[in-house]
Amino acid sequence: MITDAMRAEMRDLADRYPSSRSALLPMLHMVQSSDDQVTQEGIAACAEVLGITEAEVTAVATFYTMYKFSPVGKHHIGVCINTLCGLLGGDAVYAKVAERLGATHNGPSADGNFWLERIECQAACTHAPVMTVDWEFMDDVTPQSAVDIIDRLAAGEEVWSTRGPKIRDFQATERTLGLASDELATEGNCVDEKMLAGLIVARQQAREQRGSDNS
Amino acid sequence: MKLTPVITEFWDDPKLYTLDGYRSHGGYQALAKALKTDPDSIITTVKDSGLRGRGGAGFPTGLKWSFVPQNDGKPHYLVVNADESEPGACKDIPIMMANPHALVEGVIITSYAIRANHAFIYIRGEVPQAIRKVAYAVAQAREAGLIGKNIQGSGFDLEVTVHAGAGAYICGEETALLDSLEGFRGQPRLKPPFPAVAGLYASPTVINNVETIANIPYIIDRGVDWFRQFGTEKSPGFKVFAVSGHVKRPGIYEAPLGITMRELLDYAGGLRDGSEVKFWIPGGSSVPMLTAEHLDLPLTYESMAEAGTMLGTGTPMVFDQTVSVVKAVTRWLEFYKHESCGKCTPCREGTYWITGVLEKFEHGHGTVGEMETLHTLCGQIAGRSFCALGDAAATPYPGAMKYFANEFTAATHTSADEQFDPIKSYVFAGAVTTGAST
Ligand SMILES: Cc1cc2nc3c(=O)[nH]c(=O)nc-3n(C[C@H](O)[C@H](O)[C@H](O)COP(=O)(O)O)c2cc1C
Ligand code: SF4
Ligand code: FES
Repeated sequence: MITDAMRAEMRDLADRYPSSRSALLPMLHMVQSSDDQVTQEGIAACAEVLGITEAEVTAVATFYTMYKFSPVGKHHIGVCINTLCGLLGGDAVYAKVAERLGATHNGPSADGNFWLERIECQAACTHAPVMTVDWEFMDDVTPQSAVDIIDRLAAGEEVWSTRGPKIRDFQATERTLGLASDELATEGNCVDEKMLAGLIVARQQAREQRGSDNS
Repeated sequence: MKLTPVITEFWDDPKLYTLDGYRSHGGYQALAKALKTDPDSIITTVKDSGLRGRGGAGFPTGLKWSFVPQNDGKPHYLVVNADESEPGACKDIPIMMANPHALVEGVIITSYAIRANHAFIYIRGEVPQAIRKVAYAVAQAREAGLIGKNIQGSGFDLEVTVHAGAGAYICGEETALLDSLEGFRGQPRLKPPFPAVAGLYASPTVINNVETIANIPYIIDRGVDWFRQFGTEKSPGFKVFAVSGHVKRPGIYEAPLGITMRELLDYAGGLRDGSEVKFWIPGGSSVPMLTAEHLDLPLTYESMAEAGTMLGTGTPMVFDQTVSVVKAVTRWLEFYKHESCGKCTPCREGTYWITGVLEKFEHGHGTVGEMETLHTLCGQIAGRSFCALGDAAATPYPGAMKYFANEFTAATHTSADEQFDPIKSYVFAGAVTTGAST
């Protein structure tokens, strides 16, 4: 349901931009944060706040793959199947996860708690194969580790992103995207060994250089 | 050639993403310096540095800035392209997660130089971790008076808005990005007019890649001579290379332009045991592949062009002998088909047809005649599409045919998975040696 408070937040978003319509993508994320999908009521609210037609909002909403038109459930699960991840094992991860969830591409799990999607390159190819939970990175997964993550989520256990905060749920992430910020920037790991790979080598080179200068 | 961490230099400091952390390593000194000079001289410095855009095309950054008309009475905008969705590209998102203030400082300096009072950072929606880090950096900079009214008493005002996309590769194309940022479907615009003249809200706009902008503070702080000591005459500076694929230590390696792939491979620990390079792609699936014979070429804009490819995003993907070229190319075309925005016929229809034919090859049902068909289809898309996505879609197949025509011939009777057992390409422990299914 789109509450009055949500409408007020949408108006605030519209005020961030020189032209209010620029807020439409963030507003649609807000709709998903509230309704777990893009609902007709959400479309109507966007149209009303921006003073455009519902058809105009729908035309935009249907263009972007992150907007869904049936309930996503508690968690969105993405498995990267673009060439690099897919061939390095993402295909096997996807197959195993799909089996575990009883879901097909871009659809809900048998119990409706998860949504499964074959996703494209996530700008994390150095961490292939890549999975995402509510769009937070789950790097370097195997079919088994991916299913373990899902089992833990299903059991309501705490799960942390490999480069990000503790997993919340799909709607919470959508709110982060709508507002383009949240309170979690200081939480969790954001730099890992792979991001430091070159720096570690360079530091070693510098030490060796100093060593040979001294000798 | 030695690695040269600059943008990545302090990534092992867990506080680098905070304002204090960034400042403790000299952050925001460049801004203080910039605000004391006049905007035109910053544009000149960036021009003289020879910095070229890191988003793929390599356009000279200072030159792009100088196209913005001055004293035209219109608002100017800076838009940072943080849509990083090109298959294989994985360097902007890490920069934003580890060192967001380098981007923010670059945004402030660039806005000052091009006389923009409002900057937008358009980040693809699928990476909340990058969005929250950048938003946090912007908020901290604002609190410290580095963004807002009369920045550090300079009289310069700047608003910075972080904006999340919603899943569409085409929104990385700069004019599609502008339409998306205006709240429309992300479809490319006709050029001219170029964004420097009529961009966001029909006002003069500079669009630059994240890494391009993150270079700016270092250039302003340390100067043109320092910058030009790295790289070549035509490709000055350093590059955040991201090496992925069948290497022992995939990851981020920042090095001068002109380093070779062999050197980068060496730093990345070489290929996994028992493997050799079959093919590699210097910068995203939109540029043609190369093979082991090209490992000693310098990674520069000019040398990659001479080899018939492009430096692109400078994020090499490396594939070993276990990988089917037919399967790799088919997968990339499935991507382009999925991401075609549908605005123009050659790309919308062409990606559909190419993918269909390629899938026949993947399953071992292609025909010799269809190899010709694919060639014709690619020829009808390249140069005839509305934007560069069409050209990109027409790239993988001819690129692969140059070196691996025999695999397509074999795919007229044997499927890709029969030619190359997919399990052998997996990176899970033991997959290559035992061939065990996981
Ligand atoms: C289909 C397509 C996708 C693109 N995606 C990106 C992207 O994600 N990030 C980026 O910086 N440039 C991307 N580009 C290139 C931009 O259009 C533009 O050239 C670039 O942002 C300019 O910045 P630069 O001069 O700093 O490189 C893309 C181009 C095309 C045709
Ligand atoms: S080339 Fe493809 S992506 Fe570009 S405008 Fe045409 S249909 Fe859209
Ligand atoms: S191919 Fe999966 S993250 Fe790039």
